[in-house]
Amino acid sequence: MAATSSSAVSALGSAAVRWTSRCIFALADNRCTWTFVPQRQLSGLTSAGVSGQKVVSTTSFVKRQFSGLRGAAFPGQKVVSTPLFVKSNSRTTMTLAAGVSKFEAVTMAPPDPILGVSEAFRADTSDAKLNLGVGAYRTEELQPLVLNVVKKAEKKMLESGENKEYLPIEGLAAFNKATAELLLGADSPAIKEGRVATVQGLSGTGSLRLGAAFIQRYFPGAKVLISSPTWGNHKNIFNDAGVPWSEYRYFEPKTVGLDFEGMMADIKDAPSGSFILLHGCAHNPTGIDPTPEQWEKIADLIEEKGHMAFFDVAYQGFASGSLDQDADSVRLFVKRGLEILVAQSYSKNLGLYAERIGAINAVVHSSDVAVRVKSQLKRLARPMYSNPPVHGAKIVANVVGDAALFDEWRAEMEMMAGRIKTVRQRLYDDLSTKDKSGKDWSFVLKQIGMFSFTGLNRAQSDNMSDKWHVYMTKDGRISLAGLSLAKCSYLADAIIDSYYNVQ
Amino acid sequence: MKSVHHRRIASLARHFRMEEGGSIAFSPTSATASSFAHVKQAPEDAILGVTVAYNKDPSPVKVNLGVGAYRTEEGKPLVLNVVRKAEEQLLADRARNKEYLGITGIPQFNKLSAELILGRDSPAIAQGRVITAQCLSGTGSLRVGGEFLATHYSGPKVIYVPSPTWGNHLKIFPLAGLETRTYRYYNPKTRGLDYEGMIEDLRAAPNGAVVLLHACAHNPTGVDLTQEEWEGLRKVIRNDKQQLPFFDSAYQGFASGSLDTDAFAVRRFVNDGGETFIAQSYAKNMGLYGERVGALSIVVRDPSVAARVESQLKLVIRPMYSSPPTYGAAIVSTILSNPALYDEWKVELKAMADRIISMRHQLFDALKARKTPGDWTHILNQIGMFTFTGLNKQQVEYMTKEYHIYMTMDGRISMAGLSSRTVPQLADAIHSAVVKFSS
Repeated sequence: MAATSSSAVSALGSAAVRWTSRCIFALADNRCTWTFVPQRQLSGLTSAGVSGQKVVSTTSFVKRQFSGLRGAAFPGQKVVSTPLFVKSNSRTTMTLAAGVSKFEAVTMAPPDPILGVSEAFRADTSDAKLNLGVGAYRTEELQPLVLNVVKKAEKKMLESGENKEYLPIEGLAAFNKATAELLLGADSPAIKEGRVATVQGLSGTGSLRLGAAFIQRYFPGAKVLISSPTWGNHKNIFNDAGVPWSEYRYFEPKTVGLDFEGMMADIKDAPSGSFILLHGCAHNPTGIDPTPEQWEKIADLIEEKGHMAFFDVAYQGFASGSLDQDADSVRLFVKRGLEILVAQSYSKNLGLYAERIGAINAVVHSSDVAVRVKSQLKRLARPMYSNPPVHGAKIVANVVGDAALFDEWRAEMEMMAGRIKTVRQRLYDDLSTKDKSGKDWSFVLKQIGMFSFTGLNRAQSDNMSDKWHVYMTKDGRISLAGLSLAKCSYLADAIIDSYYNVQ
Repeated sequence: MKSVHHRRIASLARHFRMEEGGSIAFSPTSATASSFAHVKQAPEDAILGVTVAYNKDPSPVKVNLGVGAYRTEEGKPLVLNVVRKAEEQLLADRARNKEYLGITGIPQFNKLSAELILGRDSPAIAQGRVITAQCLSGTGSLRVGGEFLATHYSGPKVIYVPSPTWGNHLKIFPLAGLETRTYRYYNPKTRGLDYEGMIEDLRAAPNGAVVLLHACAHNPTGVDLTQEEWEGLRKVIRNDKQQLPFFDSAYQGFASGSLDTDAFAVRRFVNDGGETFIAQSYAKNMGLYGERVGALSIVVRDPSVAARVESQLKLVIRPMYSSPPTYGAAIVSTILSNPALYDEWKVELKAMADRIISMRHQLFDALKARKTPGDWTHILNQIGMFTFTGLNKQQVEYMTKEYHIYMTMDGRISMAGLSSRTVPQLADAIHSAVVKFSS
């Protein structure tokens, strides 16, 4: 294990001369990377091996540095003695062997702002803790929910003994058909005319990423406009896909409503041919959706400016409880004859979070174009993951493809959306009763979907978790899907305390 | 020569659409050109396109030797018994739900995957120097690893892949942001390894470059290094060039029938203490193809680096697909963590590997019996799912057209798609092609 003279030094090579607080030496056979060469062995190394360099000596300065490391850090290995100095070009430099990590400079990344909330929640030992972070539906008992229709579909799938062969790159055909019909309506002319290119994607994120990669390749230099605020991962997706983005005004804190004028002005100002990222319904994080009249005006402007709408549809069915109603915004654009991109997710509305099932759709002017666009979307998916996972796709295809299961799903969907509306009402009632100042909390009722944008700032959100063990994202968003009627009173207390007593 | 009136009417007519019943309607889509008009048709993927072509063929005797998916002797896809058992267990487990996994997937799956490839007693694991992230099969693991390297690697952002290699490697790494170059690997004259060429090219490559290595059962050639050759290569990569090995392990257990034997090269590299990337796939060895189950393991020199690398790995994954799919990984975890199921898996895996080896012998014997010109011993010597037949494009096209044999244009056939019933047909096709178009 210990070094022998020239072989040890030649193992050092001519690489890497850098001081770090941990000095690593490769010994002859490269095995013991963390053991220091004992002082007495250094003499054998004098004027050995490494071209143009001489072993000089060790210094007491270095000895002091290293005494603290004795017996430290690395299991099974010991600091033995002081390090080796090699003089090179009359500068005393520390030679280390090929023993420094090529990733030494990698810095610790902060935890994900949304998923990190769940991690913090898990670490909290308080009985009062409440997780209102990630948008995952919980029952009144605050348990995760696997929909009955999903259980039935999975049972059916296992009994039918289907195989696990690779799906084609574009995914399961039955799923693609079902998802386009769900989005656009089964009688949609666009579908009948073959003008819809659908590719199964890895839930909302993966579908957005395919869309973004497509934009980068086929609309180089085109910008995407995302709402301010928006789901935190949108900017990461476009960054990693290499698509420039900027924001359009959306949330107006004064009214806790939509800054429609600002939104329209920013869309108007964008260079022609920009992509406008729109939340189909149940805007995340604000819960504020344009009215049908406002949607018409948005469509007018996008058409006028030659922009393209890129819809993120993650909550179809969760906003109003009706799958069709929640698709109105998308269908409006399609009816107008506008070409659009749409990313869909089944994480929430079918509770298939971890199965990663969604789709990227392009509704275009002709079937010819649709075929070509689909082929190029496939070409982007192949070097990313080859073909998508089959399990979630089969569940969706089974549920949507079976009339009885589809009806049952509709009912479960209404139940979930209904529970959230009930919780909104209770929270609003509790806030209005407990807050004697007369502040208008009605935005809790007006906001749509899983989330409420409370208007709490960062410090106030921190107070929610630090003092009240209520976990939420730092932008002030709470997931009502994680709230029970039983906890509304406690939450109201927490919000009121944070809002008034923390700046 | 069309009149101006004709042109005018024709131009107007483009804005209208004939409805059923003969009436004319204004078509909102026909007036403006599509914003996607410039998008061209992409060609079918070279490998997956073989299956597309196969599916289109109405012939009752067609044989699909394209994609590397295992088939039984009856020519049917196979779901392992042990996988079905695991699925039943999962379905019956009332405690299971479908909540989002963490960005790097199921922790138990990651731990067991690292142990599978590195060995349960791996010092690197014990020292906390291994980070593992559940990814989408081999492709996803390679892509995530490649993107991580393109962003964080302190060495040159260049990866060397063998020539030839799996076609998708040449697409994955450039898109991940790594310049992709090749090193010599296959010697067509010997139908074996060009060891000297490989060493020469890697010596000429920059110090610190990333080197892609097929852990076993090289795809498409089936030509693997001997243990001595692995050791020679390791010394060059580690000692001479400080290059970073990136293993693609898609066939552990499929090459020799033994999981440990097939992990020899990976373990030899990792055990020398150097840094290593490993992409694992469970598509073939657990037959989980469409479930997309795999893992990326990064072995670093220093446990504190490990934590930082893991945190940055999450930033690569989150904007790609947020978190991986649960179902397939849960199946793998169930099997690997249960000693009885694990043993059962090993038996089924060996049976698959053995059937492929027997197909090699059958095909070789069939060609010998037909006295087909040429030396066909490479069919016996090559390892894993594929045989690099040495047939050229012209011969392959002929075999597809006349004998309904579907395979990739580079002459690769998937032995996993053969059966005793179809070997004679394939032997006839090869014989006929070789005689007709002598290369």
